[in-house]
Amino acid sequence: MTEVRLYVLQRISAMVMAPLVMAHLALMIYAIQGGLSAAEILSRTQGSFWWGGYYGLFVAAVSIHGALGLRVIIREELKWPDAVLNTFTFGAGLVLLTLGLRAVMAVVL
Amino acid sequence: MRMDPKNLKVSIWRGTPDEGAYTDYAVPRKKSQTILDVVSFVQRYLEPSLSFRFACRVGMCGSCAMMVNGKPRWTCRTHVEKAVDGDKLVIAPLRNLPIIKDLACDMDVFFDKWTRAEARFYPTKNRDDDIEPVLPDNPARIYASQGIECINCAVCYAACDVVEKDPRYLGPAALNRAWTLMNDERDGAGIKRLRAVSGTGGCQSCHSQQGCMTYCPNELNPTLSIAGLKRMAVKAALKGEL
Amino acid sequence: MMIRPHQKHPLWLAYKLHRLSGLALVLFLPAHFYVLGLALTDASALDGFLKWTSNPLVKIAEIGLVFLLAVHIFGGLRVLALEFLPWSAKQKTYAAMALATSFFVAISFLMNAI
Repeated sequence: MTEVRLYVLQRISAMVMAPLVMAHLALMIYAIQGGLSAAEILSRTQGSFWWGGYYGLFVAAVSIHGALGLRVIIREELKWPDAVLNTFTFGAGLVLLTLGLRAVMAVVL
Repeated sequence: MRMDPKNLKVSIWRGTPDEGAYTDYAVPRKKSQTILDVVSFVQRYLEPSLSFRFACRVGMCGSCAMMVNGKPRWTCRTHVEKAVDGDKLVIAPLRNLPIIKDLACDMDVFFDKWTRAEARFYPTKNRDDDIEPVLPDNPARIYASQGIECINCAVCYAACDVVEKDPRYLGPAALNRAWTLMNDERDGAGIKRLRAVSGTGGCQSCHSQQGCMTYCPNELNPTLSIAGLKRMAVKAALKGEL
Repeated sequence: MMIRPHQKHPLWLAYKLHRLSGLALVLFLPAHFYVLGLALTDASALDGFLKWTSNPLVKIAEIGLVFLLAVHIFGGLRVLALEFLPWSAKQKTYAAMALATSFFVAISFLMNAI
């Protein structure tokens, strides 16, 4: 994928996440009142299509954004050759996506 | 250590591409002294073999750029009073460029990147055509005029950490010039230049540290120009042209 | 990590904060996803973990994470504005505003966490 397309993906995933992150921050500030428990969280998220949709979208966007961000940092600080760099960061994206969607399923199903 | 009111403690980097070190000199302080005055004094009276570049000595040519106490500056336009740390000056060749000898660095790679960015004019008319009108309030011409006074001194190139970390990055000066040409109503390079500046090492590599615009002695803003190139590249990519 | 003389200006700091916050977040995320995933396989482990988060040291770490997330998003909005909106001369002001807002968000979290 060309640098321009990767850049577009990075910026679009950022724009998608802007409102999602704001909501997440507000949510966490609210949710942490009175302590956290699994029961509290799951009672709200289980069976919910909307929570699944919100966090599913969030996970997809952050997997792309985080992997591409890692790519830039590794390229500039560790200077790995291109093939290794691209394979690794693609893998990192997959790891984030897999673990993330699993987490979404865990709280929604 | 007591500060000497009469003399400056000047550390100058001396060496070759293979090895080098800082050598200390005591240079008498004078009123309105510039860093170039200091370096010239050392070469004339203390160290005849010191190599350095300068030409116009009045801030027009950009030849005298060096690292002064860790910041890239034109030495002819930098008063000692503005840059000195107590009574200490550390003078080194420009960062991010290979060294030829002492304070003279090899500008080849800087200009190679200029070429690779297609930062040259592609004419579209010949002597038989009408002259293309260049209207001063055309928004594209305003962008071009903002960036056009670059004299290739490489101060921005020395300031940029992306240049330091990514050898393929074209650098702020080449990209700034490419932007001015993309906005030039007479230029015909179009997508060819856009492709050249948006590949590996292209405009997407800029992280807006804005060291370039902080240190540019001509007060240019390559970050602004590079942001413009990013937008142009995105538009072209979304249209399928890139 | 030494800050060299040519880096001593606010917009470089903004860049560095954005990079460090992003790196910290992307390294934290797999752990975060793994813990949440425990609800699938081992609900009691998740509950145990959440009880552990009432530990004050963990609360401080959480506040730090919220701060890093806020820094990254508000800094990111600043970068998006720089790249896609017409240029503004107020870059340093925006960087300062992004940082101030991040502190505000982190402190709001702190006030609710204690």
